[in-house]
Amino acid sequence: MPELELVGVEKIFETKRATTHALTTINLTIEREEFIAIIGQSGCGKTTLLRILAGLVKPSEGAVRAEGRSLWDGAVLDTETVNKLGIVFQDPNLFPWYSVEDNIALPLKLRGVDRKTRRARAHELCDLVGLTGFERAYPRELSGGMRQRTAIARALSYRPAVLLLDEPFGALDAMTRERMNLELQSIAAATRATVVLVTHSINEAVFLADRIVLLSPRPGRIRSITRVPFPRPRELDLETQPEFQNIARELRHELDEDA
Amino acid sequence: MDRERFMKLLPWISTPLLLIVTVVIWKLSTTVFEISPFVLPPPEAVAQTLLEFSRQPDTWLVHARITLVETVVGFGFALVTGVMVGAVLGRIFWLELAVRPLVVALQVIPKVALIPLFVIWFGFGITSKVIIAAILAFFPIMLNVLLGVRSVEPGHREVMRSLNANRWQTFSSLDFHSTLPYVFAGMEVGIVLALIGAIVGEYLGGNEGLGYMVVVSLNALDAPRLFAVIILLAGLGWLLFFAVNGIKRLMIPWHESVIETGIS
Ligand SMILES: Nc1ncnc2c1ncn2[C@@H]1O[C@H](COP(=O)(O)OP(=O)(O)OP(=O)(O)O)[C@@H](O)[C@H]1O
Ligand SMILES: [Mg+2]
Repeated sequence: MPELELVGVEKIFETKRATTHALTTINLTIEREEFIAIIGQSGCGKTTLLRILAGLVKPSEGAVRAEGRSLWDGAVLDTETVNKLGIVFQDPNLFPWYSVEDNIALPLKLRGVDRKTRRARAHELCDLVGLTGFERAYPRELSGGMRQRTAIARALSYRPAVLLLDEPFGALDAMTRERMNLELQSIAAATRATVVLVTHSINEAVFLADRIVLLSPRPGRIRSITRVPFPRPRELDLETQPEFQNIARELRHELDEDA
Repeated sequence: MDRERFMKLLPWISTPLLLIVTVVIWKLSTTVFEISPFVLPPPEAVAQTLLEFSRQPDTWLVHARITLVETVVGFGFALVTGVMVGAVLGRIFWLELAVRPLVVALQVIPKVALIPLFVIWFGFGITSKVIIAAILAFFPIMLNVLLGVRSVEPGHREVMRSLNANRWQTFSSLDFHSTLPYVFAGMEVGIVLALIGAIVGEYLGGNEGLGYMVVVSLNALDAPRLFAVIILLAGLGWLLFFAVNGIKRLMIPWHESVIETGIS
């Protein structure tokens, strides 16, 4: 059974000023442990698509299913399914009043996990994302990349089956970003999570994804789905190989046609 | 010594220096420019009075305690009501919209002008001063809380929503912490205003409190004593402000207004 499924999803935003047809006829099936990247130009509906997957936005039409279960029953959200999703927003959105470990353990606290277990899990995750020694630091004492890693650790804390990431490395410099890409790959492998990553970097998408979904704008729709054949774990010098560059060039070409 | 250490020590060096400079200018004004001691008593005369105060603390301590009680009790009322009203108005939009003109109107009234009224209504005792202190401190606290309740970051809300947090969890993990800095910002303004309210109340009616001592010294044209009481009042204000500031440091050590150098 597919992990996530979007069937005939439409999204129309109605505000006082305008009606925006953000997404149309989105059909997408995401398999378990698959790594999906979503690319497309700014404003084409990537975030909206992710938020629909996360249950933060209700589609105007169509169905969202997780392991065959519908995410929405009328206006009611299936919270049990949502509990299996981990979300990392574009902005780390850490709570400045909590230390790194308390931020990471927040989802566990909300689930009623006791303090000792929480702390142990937070330390484990700090090791995983390379934040050892910063458990007691406040978010303001961290660099941008460290904040983003804290947010990822927070999303991982309750071992979600699905990880939804919205341009998590958008604000980072190229070098940190490459390192984070490698880390994300190994985290995905270690946790065996299904990953949906929104990015505006073609290289990041080709490097990380099993399949790349390219969205076209106005209204947002799936233009193409590209399969990336490289075996894992992938190394950074993959990007210099002709096959990698061919895929990247083809995607760039498609993106340019949209612009 | 590196720059950061220097910046940390700077206030501790500059403050005594500025104090000394002030006293020197003060002294020069009385000797060189020969300002009348009725207008500006020489520093040593004021020091003399303060020394007398320290030898016989009974009278002024009683008065200081009364002013302190008026201020703190009034401030306490303002804190409780200010937080409650601010939180309610912050959460219920239509209610805030409905009472906004009234709040603005009340807020721009020079509230000290109402003090004689309160003295008539609540007598010359401590009650009228408590009420004045409370009213003065209420507005900054209430308005800050109102702003704070509305200033919770949407991104933070979304995190709580994506984690299926219930109302109580969202309050205790998010709204509470997020609003606390605003509460303290209101409290820091409020405590100073509460003291002002209590003192002006004492100026206008009654026969106790440091404000009353000011009036008595003025009527006796006892300038050194007047200065000495004013210094006591300054000390009281300082004490109250740093008490609030200290609690803030304890409660929100993570906040920008608390980190960095000493005095904020
Ligand atoms: N809450 C909302 N209300 C109204 N319109 C919205 C809302 N959210 C998104 N939209 C509109 O939907 C369209 C898609 O927005 P979305 O944020 O999904 O784009 P995006 O692909 O994530 O862009 P970017 O790469 O810049 O982040 C935009 O035209 C936007 O104006
Ligand atoms: Mg976006």
